[in-house]
Amino acid sequence: MQRPASVRNGRRRYAPVRAVAAFLAAAVALGLGWAVLSLPEPATGLTGRVAAEMGNSGVSHPVTAVLLNFRGYDTLLEIGVLLLALVGVWSLRLSPARRSAEAARTPVLGYLVRLLAPLIILVTVYLLWAGSQQPGGAFQAGAVLAAAGELLLLAGFVRGYFRRAWILRLALAGGFGVFLAIAGGLALFGNDLLEYPEGTAYPLILLIEGALTVSIGFTLAALFFGSPPEAVAERAAEDEA
Amino acid sequence: MSTGLVFDALLAGALPLLTWRVLAARELFTSVILFIALGLLVSLAYVRLAAPDVALAEAAIGAGVTGALLLDTLARIGEWRRGGDDDAASG
Repeated sequence: MQRPASVRNGRRRYAPVRAVAAFLAAAVALGLGWAVLSLPEPATGLTGRVAAEMGNSGVSHPVTAVLLNFRGYDTLLEIGVLLLALVGVWSLRLSPARRSAEAARTPVLGYLVRLLAPLIILVTVYLLWAGSQQPGGAFQAGAVLAAAGELLLLAGFVRGYFRRAWILRLALAGGFGVFLAIAGGLALFGNDLLEYPEGTAYPLILLIEGALTVSIGFTLAALFFGSPPEAVAERAAEDEA
Repeated sequence: MSTGLVFDALLAGALPLLTWRVLAARELFTSVILFIALGLLVSLAYVRLAAPDVALAEAAIGAGVTGALLLDTLARIGEWRRGGDDDAASG
């Protein structure tokens, strides 16, 4: 769709504002470039310290070690924020789209989604598993899983949420819940927050990442779908009436 | 000139150009599609900066999920503008 007339006319009026914004954006970009280029040559950062502690981290990929072990608290809060974002979107109470996606499904789309969805789940599990040694991990795997959910929604194979509400709630809150339970449990047993006991780092990280992947996948797909379960039920009741 | 340098220069040149096209497009739909392409190029830039995890996340979330959300928003805006009781949501 085109931008409305009000925007097209406003372009002339707000040209000075846009010029100032462009100047500020360019200044920030140049400043960032200068800052990055003037960093000291042998990189002085935390890379050395992370590399030194990799043996204790339970995984062999430094990014995963930092995300799930050294700075696990940040990841815990990130999952909480994602869940909050979903609650925010649900509070808008958007109704589901009117046009039935199933009716709009062409044969090619149907075939493609049937082919892709299981492959996507395979890629998800691989990304999750490979995250301990190579680039990958819970967020990437969860986002790919969300893509499978979006495809199924767009092609009309899935019309709403699970029939039983508790499955949805478990899928959405499970990641945060498992992470929080492990963190809390460890704290109760005398360790520091998220300090994995000797030798248990790898299994705990795998458990947390698995729960996170499922949760992130369902949360992002639910964000894409947009409507809360109550609105879906309302629309279903309307359609029947 | 090594191939790496040429590739990096092309990428560095394409990013601001594509960003300008995203902002200056006539149709919102064009903007969203170009935004998805921009996400892909940014993901490539992260790969060239030796940050493959961020590149994976950018491709999946920045281009994929955000692109899909924007397209869905476009459809809802179209429906809302037309009074909300049309069956076909185009654009």
